Amino acid sequence: MAKFSFLNFNIMILSIILFGCSSNSNNSTNSASLSGDIKIDGSSTVYPVTEAVAEEFRAVEPNVRVTVGVSGTGGGFKKFSRGETNISNASRPIKDKEAQKWEENNISFLGLSVAYDGLAVIINPENDWVDYFTVEELSAIWHPDAQNNIKYWSQIREGWPKEEIHLFGPGTASGTYDYFAEVICGKKVGTRGDYTASEDDHVLVQGVSTDKYGLGFFGLAYYEENKEKLKLVGVDNGNGNGSVLPSIETVSNGTYAPLSRPIFIYANNSAQERKEVREFISFYLKNAGKLVEDVGYIPLAEEEYKIEIKKFNDFVNNSN
Amino acid sequence: MNNGYKNRLKDSIFKYIGVFACFIGLILLAILIGNILYDGFNRIDWSFLTSLPSRKAEKAGILTAWSGSLWIIIFTFIIAVPIGISAGVYLEEYNRKNQLTRILEINISNLAGVPSIIYGLLGLEIFVRYSNLGSSVLAGSFTLALLILPIIIVATREALKAVPASIRVASYGLGATKWQTTLYQVLPAASGGILTGVILAISRALGETAPLIVVGALAYVPFTPTGPMDEFTVLPIQIFNWVSRPQHEFSINAAAAIIILLLITFTMNGIAVYFRNKWQKKINW
Repeated sequence: MAKFSFLNFNIMILSIILFGCSSNSNNSTNSASLSGDIKIDGSSTVYPVTEAVAEEFRAVEPNVRVTVGVSGTGGGFKKFSRGETNISNASRPIKDKEAQKWEENNISFLGLSVAYDGLAVIINPENDWVDYFTVEELSAIWHPDAQNNIKYWSQIREGWPKEEIHLFGPGTASGTYDYFAEVICGKKVGTRGDYTASEDDHVLVQGVSTDKYGLGFFGLAYYEENKEKLKLVGVDNGNGNGSVLPSIETVSNGTYAPLSRPIFIYANNSAQERKEVREFISFYLKNAGKLVEDVGYIPLAEEEYKIEIKKFNDFVNNSN
Repeated sequence: MNNGYKNRLKDSIFKYIGVFACFIGLILLAILIGNILYDGFNRIDWSFLTSLPSRKAEKAGILTAWSGSLWIIIFTFIIAVPIGISAGVYLEEYNRKNQLTRILEINISNLAGVPSIIYGLLGLEIFVRYSNLGSSVLAGSFTLALLILPIIIVATREALKAVPASIRVASYGLGATKWQTTLYQVLPAASGGILTGVILAISRALGETAPLIVVGALAYVPFTPTGPMDEFTVLPIQIFNWVSRPQHEFSINAAAAIIILLLITFTMNGIAVYFRNKWQKKINW
């Protein structure tokens, strides 16, 4: 029975490896007081922040097992509504339809903003004619009606060269795309389809950095990592602030509008009922300010975190 | 120019096209592996293999990812291989041709072409929710087993078809039953082809991301699975996660993780090839 001996052999060897490892990763017990499982799922945009917090929380409470998934904001909310997760990461606020489902299932919930995500509008460093964009100009370029009509830089503003615009942006499935399309072109309009789309922002960086007539948008963190290859463009939203470049300051004080957005975590009943979940969220709000910068996002102002903490404390206390 | 010369010319042109077609795949593979090795090789050390994921690229490791991948692959193997080979043997050796089996055969071939994310959705409903397995190693393995079953069944059937009928007839002639013939003559003779199919199938399962994400595999798990009901992450998810980070250091980590994934694949294939050669030698007709 050669087949069975092969199977046995395989299982034996591999289980030795596996059990060997699992035992030495579990010996980090110390004087920590809390234990239990905290399940988190949702947006991949929020994931790096939550991962950073979970990593630090582990140093404080090693017996609490925090797991984080990346099902996307909508997918995360679905699991949340079934009570499968304790916390949901979200790159947009909950929709009424989704909230309705939670209420039907008797899940009380609370959204807490934890950081800002800025969108950068970028061009090639050799592009010397663009100094800033107005929101209307961006809308003229990206609107679905622009497809087959707006092809040259000269059509956007007087004096810009009669050269083709080459557009780069995230794919339509991404939250970044949704957000950009909504604030620039309007709700449920979308954008033109004839741009180079990629779910991998590194591809967009590559595209714009090698194309003198390129124009693209993506998360600010990608610009920060590729500063030398790209040129950041300010946006004038017509509120009298003139052209504003995205930075920690302008994003967190709200002047870089509309291309910055808050990102959220959602808490539910389990935060009211279970001490470890409550502690984790408090820890999250207290430490997010330091940790979000490590992963390329922009922290809220200190007072804003205090407001979120107060919101959360009220949420917890109200249930008692 | 005479006809003979023309034909020889055509012949040699086709030869060079053929050589070119062969090399294009090999060269691309070499560039890919070279590039990955260049980016990631220096990143691999003991602590990379034994650390948990981290927001700091230089501290991050793949312990939970590779151990999750191994758990998944072992259980997928245990579930899919016996069922797949049995199904293949039934269809090829025992089955009588009729309407029902024709439908069965068409469906199995069709299943091999279904996109993997569909299997993920199926797994989510049947294993995660209906069977109440949760987002566990077992649920992931069952889902991947479904995904690779058609590949194993088709490979098994092809391998059995290649065994000459004279072997079976001779075995019957010596008084062996169908079961004895299949077990002692046909299966050993076909083992090479079957194992090749198993290798391909397992390698595919090792690289799958989409169905596992649907089933609920996680991205951040600070512990390795200790049993089939534990939650898990796998290497491809960790790699995907790192590749999509803005910081360049994470793409180095991703390259290093890819090397480990390739190593696991090669090792598994190596084990299978070893057994294939060993069993093949025993057959002396």
